[in-house]
Amino acid sequence: MANKFLMKGNEALAEAAIRSGCHHFFGYPITPQTEISAYMAKRMPQIGGTFLQAESEIAAINMVLGAASAGVRAMTSSSSPGISLKSEGISYLAGSDVPAVIVNVMRGGPGLGGIQPSQADYWQATKAMGHGDFQVLVYAPSGVQEMAELVGLAFDTADKYRVPAMILADGLLGQMMEPVVFPEQKSDRLPEKTWATTGTKGKRAPNIINSLFLQPDELEQIVKDRFTRYQAIEENEVLAEEFLTDDADLLVVAYGAVARIARSAVRAARERGIKAGLIRPVTLWPFPKKLIAEKAKQAQNILVAEMSMGQMVDDVKLAVLGSSHVHFYGRTGGMVPSPNELLEQIQAIADNREV
Amino acid sequence: MLTNLMIAGFGGQGVLFTGKIIANTGLLEGKEVSWLPSYGPEMRGGTANCSVCVDDEPIGCPIVLEPDILIAMNVPSFDKFIGKVTKGGCVVYDSSLIEAEQTREDIRYRPIPATELAARHHLDKFANIVLLGYTLQAVHFTSYETVCEAIKACVPKSKQKLLTPNLDALRLGYEFQETKS
Repeated sequence: MANKFLMKGNEALAEAAIRSGCHHFFGYPITPQTEISAYMAKRMPQIGGTFLQAESEIAAINMVLGAASAGVRAMTSSSSPGISLKSEGISYLAGSDVPAVIVNVMRGGPGLGGIQPSQADYWQATKAMGHGDFQVLVYAPSGVQEMAELVGLAFDTADKYRVPAMILADGLLGQMMEPVVFPEQKSDRLPEKTWATTGTKGKRAPNIINSLFLQPDELEQIVKDRFTRYQAIEENEVLAEEFLTDDADLLVVAYGAVARIARSAVRAARERGIKAGLIRPVTLWPFPKKLIAEKAKQAQNILVAEMSMGQMVDDVKLAVLGSSHVHFYGRTGGMVPSPNELLEQIQAIADNREV
Repeated sequence: MLTNLMIAGFGGQGVLFTGKIIANTGLLEGKEVSWLPSYGPEMRGGTANCSVCVDDEPIGCPIVLEPDILIAMNVPSFDKFIGKVTKGGCVVYDSSLIEAEQTREDIRYRPIPATELAARHHLDKFANIVLLGYTLQAVHFTSYETVCEAIKACVPKSKQKLLTPNLDALRLGYEFQETKS
């Protein structure tokens, strides 16, 4: 009880990042994620860390690249338009095998869009977070508690595989308050990074952080080696939550804020006698395709719900490869679907099947 | 039992703070709670509202579309949300600022001249807490002591001089008796 806090998702994420050993934050304000920067500005001086409001998003991500190259845990955060600006730097992080955490508290787009919650950056986060052949780890929290839990995991996993990681949240999760219990701190000492540019002290050959390789055969090999690590990530780091899936013949797949709304809809559908269940991907890359394929065997119908015109639905279709009917329901532009809207969709699908 | 509350008014009337106190009562009672503000330009002078959910089960949608309890602090908010209040629900509103016809028969109307009452007791900035006190009297969503504890938790250390007027305003609303005219 004593260590349960009522906090905004943005603030809980920031506090948890600090507790996970992130003592260097570089940011630039944008609604609806500004509380992360504000919290870091308040807390970092107290712990002897770095808070720096950069002159732009591009500057901030390159400061992350610099700090993380020296082996420290560094983070930046922004919202959709700001993340687009950071994409070049994220590609450099990936191409240099430098781990770091980037937070996207999504808002409506494209362009400047709006400031209300959205999930329209799914494609960007999972398919094309910058130029070149690469992936970033993508974690999708669904509540304030997970905003706190996943940021530590993102740092650990990023370090383990030397890849950038993204927390893909949205304005609703960033702005809402819920009780949060901060995860136990594992250890003050983080794993040693033998590759980091920490100074040779004349005792070893210099480490070099670089993403420029002009010999195509060399670059091909480096990318292929990186993809071997991606394969290991896809095997070991997939996370998803299941709700009432054991006997479900109608599966809802949703992530983030929409997943908690879908959960209410699934519960209401059960009360109507519809065997609905929910799969909530927690990692969007790696995507829980095996789990969805497995559960699709007993579910003729799958409803994918998103705050977008339909992006994750592509990955669900690829996972089931035509074995189930994949339906889609989305709201976009900052509109959030209500539990009743999703329930109506579930009901409509259930009715058609019975006809 | 799920209780959905909507607190609505102008930015600056203490809409979000009132919601935070209510959310804290749920936290103190070990329940699941969520608090969601309207954000952006609304916070800076337009109509602001705040959704609070208190439940025994994990909360699905934190956006309150149909409040069981509506606390309305201005006319636009009253007009916007009065039709959404659930059957058997309750609306507590500041009758100093809102002249309302009580057109629905399936909900309870609880008007209180919160702004005037607060001013008369030299608690000018605390009409929101007067409303909160009256809401507690009308709906008993928690105990009086729990709300006092929640207020203590919400008043920041740097503003402790505001604690007593908050508690006074709470009592003022809690003990208010509607005089039939």
